[in-house]
Amino acid sequence: MPDDTMTADAVVVGAGPAGAAAALELARAGRNVVLVERGAYPGAKNVYGGVVYGRILDEVVPQWWTEVPVQRWVTRRATMVMTPTQALTVDYRTSAWDHSPYNGMTIYRGDFDTWLAGKAVAAGAQLVTSTVVTALLRDAAGRVTGVRTDRPGGDIHAKVVIACDGVNSFLAKEAGLLPRTSPEHTTLGVKEILALPREVIDERFGLVGDEGLDIEMLGCTSGIPGGGFLYTNLDTVSVGVVVGLTGLAAAKTRPEELIARVKAHPGVAPYLRGAELKEYSAHLIPEGGYRAMPRLAIDGMLVAGDAASMCLAAGLWLEGVNFAIGAGLAAGQTAAEAIAAGDTSARGLAGYRRRMEASFVLADHKRYRNAADIVLADRMQREYPGLICDFVEQVFTVTNPTPKIGMIREFFRAVRRNHVQLRSLARDGWRALRAFR
Amino acid sequence: MHYPEVSFDERMATVEFRVGERAHITVDSDVCRSCTTKDCVHACPAGLFVPTTDGGILFNYEQCFECGTCYQVCNAEGAITWTYPAGGDGVVFRKG
Repeated sequence: MPDDTMTADAVVVGAGPAGAAAALELARAGRNVVLVERGAYPGAKNVYGGVVYGRILDEVVPQWWTEVPVQRWVTRRATMVMTPTQALTVDYRTSAWDHSPYNGMTIYRGDFDTWLAGKAVAAGAQLVTSTVVTALLRDAAGRVTGVRTDRPGGDIHAKVVIACDGVNSFLAKEAGLLPRTSPEHTTLGVKEILALPREVIDERFGLVGDEGLDIEMLGCTSGIPGGGFLYTNLDTVSVGVVVGLTGLAAAKTRPEELIARVKAHPGVAPYLRGAELKEYSAHLIPEGGYRAMPRLAIDGMLVAGDAASMCLAAGLWLEGVNFAIGAGLAAGQTAAEAIAAGDTSARGLAGYRRRMEASFVLADHKRYRNAADIVLADRMQREYPGLICDFVEQVFTVTNPTPKIGMIREFFRAVRRNHVQLRSLARDGWRALRAFR
Repeated sequence: MHYPEVSFDERMATVEFRVGERAHITVDSDVCRSCTTKDCVHACPAGLFVPTTDGGILFNYEQCFECGTCYQVCNAEGAITWTYPAGGDGVVFRKG
């Protein structure tokens, strides 16, 4: 980057999935776009927790699956409900996901984000790495006119700034769109990547070729609202937990201790025998969803991806990278049109929200806006995993010579034994039905 | 089944850090002395915050994941000031 002030049509801050997608669309529209990344390479600061769903990539690269740096294609998707000594697993497997156009994949973010940003560069975007955006530039009327970077003389003036600067988004905060902190809407993900030989992973998880498995876990976080995950890469297994910041702070439990408990669980430990730690990582996740989203467009600026709280954390669905790409594409298209029309005010950029309301990005968030509350609620975390496991255990425990008592009585016994209030169970069931409808 | 866990130092040694000269975290220990919970000590996944005998907080910034947990859980505005390290510095996730 030259030592002088730069001018561009648009500057995109952050070369994660949202930023790369936004820069790609602007470059495709023939616009002069600078993509600024604070890491040494795209993905250097990024962590994810399981599966990247590829359908949105159809809009990025035709037949992307022939070139994407994939680890494994997810063909087994399991949900594990646990207590410290029990686990009920619902394990779904389909051969529909083992061939193109595929459904989900496991990846390494360093590989994937670099690949996606490479698409933007190939289309003509200018990628500037190892550069931190430190502030917004604004004119007298307050409209955003560019960014200041930590390079000497490194101001970049632009008609539109697209803030894709992640969960801590200092740009959205500086613009007054996000509060300084929101621990009640933020979770911490901590993860270990553990090495195992490829054949061992194939055997232990029942996988063939480049098939992969993703397990989501409930009830494995010692009562702290959250969950766990385990997924397979080619010759590593990633295992970790995601916990709410408020609950974590109150519990005074160390994050790595929570991973250790998951790894030691009798339902998990046999999978990981002899595995060697390759990388420990941590990242925050914005889980506030639809109700916590900031304004998405102001004069001269759009916000996309984690910066706009676009992770869908809705229990059964834990998706972020695909939402970031969807939002980035919409932001890039909107910015390109607004620049062409000569109006990059909030009004000129209003098409961004309309685009996303018409697509999965805001439609899914709106539909499942109450789902995270249900999943992270105290009873769901502390009472129901025990109730479910206990019920299943009794059903499958043969009590000869005492006769079986029937499923319904068995269930109510489990309810009583676990001190669950029937009234709250019914209410929560109804709320869950509504939240997931 | 329980396997011996790696030590915390070994755990952190699996992560690449390009340590910059400037500390991107600053802590105002005067504020910390009046803090009763010291949530940063328990919650920081890198274990960067250590309570001192006089009630303050000792911290290092070198092995920071740049996640933001510390300032998010801190209940006293201004106790923890947190920015990003200089471009290219800080944590480098090899896999992520």
